Amino acid sequence: MALADRDRIFTNVYGLHSPGLEAARKRGAWDGTKFLLDQGIDWIINEMKASGLRGRGGAGFPTGLKWSFMPKEVKDRPHYLVVNGDESEPGTCKDREIMRHDPHLFIEGCMIASFAMRAHACYVYLRGEYIAERIALQKAVDEAYEAKLVGKDNVHGYPFDIYVHHGAGAYICGEETALLESLEGKKGMPRLKPPFPANMGLYGCPTTVNNVESIAVSGTILRRGAGWFAGLGTKNNAGTKLFCVSGHVNKPCNVEEEMGITFRELIDRHCGGMRGGWDNLLCSIPGGSSVPLVPAEQIIDAQMDFDTLRGLQSGLGTAAVIVLDKSTDIVRAIARISYFYKHESCGQCTPCREGTGWMWRVLSRMAEGRAQKREIGMLLEVTKQVEGHTICALGDAAAWPIQGLIRHFRGEIEKRIDQYAGNPHSEPVLMAAE
Amino acid sequence: MTKIIVDDVEVDVPADYTLLQACEAAGAEIPRFCFHERLSIAGNCRMCLVELKGAPKPVASCAWGVRDCRPGPNGEPPTVVTKSPMVKKAREGVMEFLLINHPLDCPICDQGGECDLQDQAMAYGVDSSRFHENKRAVPDKYIGPLVKTSMNRCIHCTRCIRFVAEVAGVPDLGATGRGEDMEITTYLERAMGSELQANVADLCPVGALTHKPQAFNGRPWELIKTPSIDVMDAVGSNIRVDARGREVMRVLPRVHEDINEEWISDKTRQHVDGLKLQRLDRPFLRENGRLRPATWAEAFAAIAAKLKGADPKRVGAIAGDLAAVEEMWALRSLMTALGSPNIDCRQDGSVLSPAHGRASYLFNPTIAGIEEADAVLIVGANPRREAAIVNARLRKRWRIGPLPVGVVGERVDLTYDYAYLGAGPESLAQLAKGGEFLDLLKSAERPLILVGAGIAARPDGAAVLAAVASLAAAVGAVTEGWNGLAVLQNAASRVGGLDIGFVPGEGGLAAPAMVEAGALDVLFNLGADEIAISPGAFVIYQGTHGDDGAHRADVILPGAAYTEKSGTYVNTEGRVQQTNRAVFPPGEAREDWAILRALSDVVGHRLPFDSLPALRRELHAAHPHLAALDEIAAGDGRATLDAWAALGGSASSAGFVSPVADFYLTNPIARASRIMAECSALHVTPALEAAE
Repeated sequence: MALADRDRIFTNVYGLHSPGLEAARKRGAWDGTKFLLDQGIDWIINEMKASGLRGRGGAGFPTGLKWSFMPKEVKDRPHYLVVNGDESEPGTCKDREIMRHDPHLFIEGCMIASFAMRAHACYVYLRGEYIAERIALQKAVDEAYEAKLVGKDNVHGYPFDIYVHHGAGAYICGEETALLESLEGKKGMPRLKPPFPANMGLYGCPTTVNNVESIAVSGTILRRGAGWFAGLGTKNNAGTKLFCVSGHVNKPCNVEEEMGITFRELIDRHCGGMRGGWDNLLCSIPGGSSVPLVPAEQIIDAQMDFDTLRGLQSGLGTAAVIVLDKSTDIVRAIARISYFYKHESCGQCTPCREGTGWMWRVLSRMAEGRAQKREIGMLLEVTKQVEGHTICALGDAAAWPIQGLIRHFRGEIEKRIDQYAGNPHSEPVLMAAE
Repeated sequence: MTKIIVDDVEVDVPADYTLLQACEAAGAEIPRFCFHERLSIAGNCRMCLVELKGAPKPVASCAWGVRDCRPGPNGEPPTVVTKSPMVKKAREGVMEFLLINHPLDCPICDQGGECDLQDQAMAYGVDSSRFHENKRAVPDKYIGPLVKTSMNRCIHCTRCIRFVAEVAGVPDLGATGRGEDMEITTYLERAMGSELQANVADLCPVGALTHKPQAFNGRPWELIKTPSIDVMDAVGSNIRVDARGREVMRVLPRVHEDINEEWISDKTRQHVDGLKLQRLDRPFLRENGRLRPATWAEAFAAIAAKLKGADPKRVGAIAGDLAAVEEMWALRSLMTALGSPNIDCRQDGSVLSPAHGRASYLFNPTIAGIEEADAVLIVGANPRREAAIVNARLRKRWRIGPLPVGVVGERVDLTYDYAYLGAGPESLAQLAKGGEFLDLLKSAERPLILVGAGIAARPDGAAVLAAVASLAAAVGAVTEGWNGLAVLQNAASRVGGLDIGFVPGEGGLAAPAMVEAGALDVLFNLGADEIAISPGAFVIYQGTHGDDGAHRADVILPGAAYTEKSGTYVNTEGRVQQTNRAVFPPGEAREDWAILRALSDVVGHRLPFDSLPALRRELHAAHPHLAALDEIAAGDGRATLDAWAALGGSASSAGFVSPVADFYLTNPIARASRIMAECSALHVTPALEAAE
């Protein structure tokens, strides 16, 4: 079972066709948008709920439910839609393809989502490094304004403005409340919740923050019906999803696939198989760098969806599948991820600020073997002290990869320590200068 | 009210409480670092985590509202646990994180003994370290002459940043870097530009920010702590004087919700070295144009000789800005006995007078009442310099909600936005004619008109007060239950002096007339250093410091500073408060009322009291409201408006100028202080710019 071409939402994900408005219309974008809006807010939200779409940003929160949290009436404060295009999770590269190659599908989604939550303004927060994406998206937005598809006075009869905001390249600004702070011009530091953005978001107004992919699929879902989308994928994990496969596969790629496709099929069908065959698979990090790794024997036939991977003590996250083969120094790899979180911690709250540096330093020593075995248990305990005690989820994200490493590769760390202890002052092998 | 169960104790708390407040209401102790009652909630230290039944993770109790808690499955009140293993583990974890990069330099840290981290590590920490990496090292920053930094110790609670941004209202402190590289800094190694900056060292829960002038001076447990009242301005901030032996080591704020909350100005805090320098510690006598040390008997004999046979009409007395009510009462009694009507406590020449009613010289809405005002007009005052604490309260009110503020006077940074309406009396007249701001004042329910004491000291003071009175009447500033006329005094002694009628009697001369050449034969100067006395008169100076007044004196009687005596001071609101003796006066200096009592004996008019209680009995009999400590006896606002309106004269066109030109050097004690001189040089002297 593989996703049929007719069921693909992103038909230009590889940029083989023009991203322009004309071409996008031919692919189905902006088709009957006014008709969809005319069905009313309740219909849209009910369809979204019925479709079973779960947020594509990582946490997998039902999108329709999220939209329904917005106040039912616009009172003295305007409503806002903010789209999170700060795609910084290592391994993830799906939103950039949407913004580069299928921007109109996305802009249409912004319009529909804004309508459904009674917002007249939508801010798209783009990752700082995404220069080409910003240019492409801005071009598409200009086209849409030109064609009066969006704007104060547009053909859909719903005043709607969309603004593209370029971030400065901080990972933490992908956290929804830090993103709002950054959008307001402040330092990107997560806010305390509650109050939640749906109540007190951008400039203190009701706001919903959605991932680019969640928004971009909404137009097609409404056009083709909730039943179509819900019919794809597995139970409770409906629809299609852009998978970003990277690492030790023959042909790394981005591909839209049905939720619940097995890992083996995903790799074999789309990525040209494992480098060195399936026996060479060491493990995979199935959802971007922040989820715990899953060893080969567990991941190889696992279904790629939220619930199955959670059962494997990992997660689907952003569906950024990082594949690692047996040539990988797994301890060093996780230490490098750990350095990333140490570098990107905003420094606001204690466990993350102090803990990420500590974890990275211990793990770097372990990667060399320059550690004590009892420190493995201590490291695990430190990750538990960080996890769940922070303002935002970055603390959890820093802790999970290490927990995954210790859970599945404790022996590897111990071996490293033994080797180092056996020859703690090993001289590098001298090479003749040639 | 909402019911909530904390550790099996059910309490009923307002729904807008945070869990931390609810836990405290239930008697559970919650450790915290970043949380502070008077600052915004940051929720970043994570020390206050508690277990909320139903929540998957422990929650930060400082930030989680009671109304955010969901009831139990059967509608039971939400349940909070503060003693569970989960909470204990969370606290131990956070404490460990805080300590891993915190240096173990408690033995040489000035915060030792009053350190939140030290105390809470004892209560909630573990006894050993598992951290075997190198500790973080952070360069120390220069953030001004008052606050010393030791940034290795910083735990990034951001209390200092929040204070500076929210209460002090200057953008001078922030954090750069992120993650473990985050550093608190003024960015450009510049001093903070606030009159309240030293409060950040009090707020700092660790030893990262400490008081620079007190560095390595003493330990908190060796200091004798005396509650007292500040006299550096007319606010009457509540302070604690910490002394060791005969030396005042430091001044700290005491909480008084209606006055200073828990802040004090930098002058209040750091003038203390001025209490030791330039002190008059023995009597002096001028002989052949030079002052020479003398004995008390010689000094008194010289005074008695001058007073003997002097025409009482040519004898006068001026009381300075730091005089307590008791000594002014004693001096007034002495002058009355001598038969002189020439007494004045207004060395600036102000026309504010008890004749216009008590409300005419008080900050009638009270300082706490600022928070109820819904429109403010500032006339001829720079509250930031004249009363930094009052200005902080104005800013607090301005931050709470929309508050139109108008200023007639100097155009200065007051830390809040205001409409600038002009510089002087003409602008005031223009405002009274009409316009947008007048409408705002008129539509306000509780307009507050803040009148700087400086405008009453102008040559045309009477005319300006008349104009203010008519404006106040027009906008309805004085109504039933609200007196919005707020006179901002800038001298600690002033209200007390006016209360006891230390003003010229029938046919008496006011201060400016007394100091004119040839006006008097004998002038008794009770610590008035801000007035130039013309040559001619025989001047007796009773005071504490070798300042301007002492230089002009013929006899110097060394008195006691406010930390060395128990004295009554009435603040600008009219609130009666008392200082307490923390240390003894230096050398032969004595308490001021006792000097006057002894002198009265020598000049043959023995005053009828032999002790401070006896003096106070007499004082309180004459002015009963002075017996009610911490109380305000309100005056009649309407009568004041009528009295002011009856004042005549024509106003000049000169703009209003604040009488406080240099915040740091307003009185003899502050002028003797090296720290204040340093601050003054930093903040008042304009920065030099390169000629390009």
